[in-house]
Amino acid sequence: MNDTIDGCRVAGLISLDGEDIYNPSIDVVELRARVGMVFQKPNPFPKSIYENVAYGPKIHGLAHSKADLDEIVVSSIRRAGLWDEVKDRLQEPGTGLSGGQQQRLCIARAIATQPEVLLMDEPCSALDPIATAVIEELIDELREKFTIVIVTHSMQQAARVSQKTAFFHLGKLIEEGKTEDIFTNPVNKKTQDYITGRIG
Amino acid sequence: MSAYWVLTIILCIAAIGYFLGAQRAEAQSAAAHVARNERNAGPAAKIFAHSLPRYHGWLVVIFSAIPALFLVLVFSAGSSFLVEQQIKSQLPPEVVQNGLALGLVQNLAEAIDTLGYADRSAAPATYTDLASAAAARGLTLAPNGADYMIDIAFAANAQANTARIVGAVVAVLVALAGAAYALSRIKLRLRARNQVENVVLWTLIAASTIAILTTIGIVLSMLSETLRFFSEISPLNFFFGTVWDPRFGTTGAEGGQFGLIPLLAGTLYIALVSMLFAVPVGLMAAIYMGEYASSKVRSVVKPLLELLAGIPTIVYGIFAVVTLGPFLRDLSAALAGGTPFIQAQSVFTAGLVMGVMLIPVVSSLSDDVITAVPRAMRDGSLALGATRSETIRKVILPAALPGIVGALLLTGSRAIGETMIVVLAAGVAARLSINPFEAMTTITVKIVNQLTGDLEFDSPQTLVAFALGLTLFAVTLGMNVYALYIVRKYREQYE
Repeated sequence: MNDTIDGCRVAGLISLDGEDIYNPSIDVVELRARVGMVFQKPNPFPKSIYENVAYGPKIHGLAHSKADLDEIVVSSIRRAGLWDEVKDRLQEPGTGLSGGQQQRLCIARAIATQPEVLLMDEPCSALDPIATAVIEELIDELREKFTIVIVTHSMQQAARVSQKTAFFHLGKLIEEGKTEDIFTNPVNKKTQDYITGRIG
Repeated sequence: MSAYWVLTIILCIAAIGYFLGAQRAEAQSAAAHVARNERNAGPAAKIFAHSLPRYHGWLVVIFSAIPALFLVLVFSAGSSFLVEQQIKSQLPPEVVQNGLALGLVQNLAEAIDTLGYADRSAAPATYTDLASAAAARGLTLAPNGADYMIDIAFAANAQANTARIVGAVVAVLVALAGAAYALSRIKLRLRARNQVENVVLWTLIAASTIAILTTIGIVLSMLSETLRFFSEISPLNFFFGTVWDPRFGTTGAEGGQFGLIPLLAGTLYIALVSMLFAVPVGLMAAIYMGEYASSKVRSVVKPLLELLAGIPTIVYGIFAVVTLGPFLRDLSAALAGGTPFIQAQSVFTAGLVMGVMLIPVVSSLSDDVITAVPRAMRDGSLALGATRSETIRKVILPAALPGIVGALLLTGSRAIGETMIVVLAAGVAARLSINPFEAMTTITVKIVNQLTGDLEFDSPQTLVAFALGLTLFAVTLGMNVYALYIVRKYREQYE
């Protein structure tokens, strides 16, 4: 997605199943389908809740019939933990939901395309603590099915939801390892400064 | 003394008033400063000026200039009305009836003024001599004047002169009085700043009222002429008649048929054809510029496209009539092998050229709407693995739809009101036809036709133009209102 941003520069290697994703021969559209993404601010389409979730499956032809599509939509909304709140108003606009519900709708939309990896770019930064707790619980459940990569500025959140942690500072990878190692026994001085609150 | 002199004097008074007022306020403020700093100054001496000297200055300007200028305006309108009454009372009653004599005398008075005759004895004795003297100076006087009119014109000029001088003196006096009053009002705690603010507010309100009042005035004047038309021709015949044959009065024939249907059909048909060309092209151009073009391409192409909108429509009309019309006719002749099936003036030609004219309107309006769709929508769709065109079709266009529909309706009302292209390219034959390759005509063309030449607004042949204009106004007003309604309705749904 960062190729849609002017002036963006990338160094280093990011690989998915052993393939460099910045290799020019990669089809970015297909790659984006394999990697789901949840943005910082909830961005539901100005369509109904149902259409929001059905959007990806329709584009990629994942459903062969209306019943198939219904099944995918319902199970995605269920897995996003939104079902009980919206089951009676699937045809209402997704923009009418609250911030936390919108964010879970976006998660449902992302997992409906059945991606291999789910990127979450500070998914809770625009949410209140209660909605954040719901999303974190959801992340914990979803990690059984997907690899989740989450960007966060909250160290507590990183410690709560992750198994592996990487620390980036000013665009450079400083340190990465198991979450408990990074937080209890950091190797790099900068990492230590950050987790003890001396910088950042 | 001419009006320019009066204006100059009033403005000078105002300018001097500004400096006097500012100076006076400055002096008072300086005195207050001294009083505050005296050793045993009590709390009563702690007075500060409310407003800066320049606001006191402006207040003097307002008090001296505005009433005086207003007076000049009222006085000149009133005096010309008085002079008119005077002329009418001196003219023989049978001439006053047809209204032409009044205009003749007024023109005559103006010519005498320009030629600079001091009094009656200095001017030529007869109307014919005077007219030829005026012609030598480039002024044209109507040939059917009479000698007695010269006397009336001189009397009118003398009266106008007196009125002008009285008006000028009164206005200057008012300006002086206003300035003196405003200067005498200046004191430390006068809220000059707030009062200037009030005047600014009322000026702005007056400016916005002018636009609204003008619109109301236009509608009312059209309405009264239209009612005159309908007193002679039944509205049923006008709105539901299918034959347009006004028969000009010069041919001697009375009556005529004023059927709106063929004109309305032609108008809507040509607008439809032009929209069929302009909407797809304009919309696709807008999508390219809003979604695909790099900022470099965009910064070149967008102004170029908007340049098209700056071409005067008469130039499009010339292009249609000189280049495109004959080309299409010859092309169709070549295709059909001899007889052309597209006429040089046709609905198709006019629609095509008007469509080209409308492309920048469509693309510019929809480009604004499309780029206004939040970036998060695009990102959301692209991140799900949609291609750009899928994103545009399924997310951006639906989100931008209300704005686009509004833009299209605005464009449509432009197409309906367009005049010059259709005058040249569509022809003047008021026909009902569904063949786009034949000539048809529009409401605007017929308004131009009915009002071309030296006319008087007293026969149905000319009055019909007002009925047509009002109909056109009603149609475009309806479309604009509907456009606003749709935009608002969709906006509620999506926000």
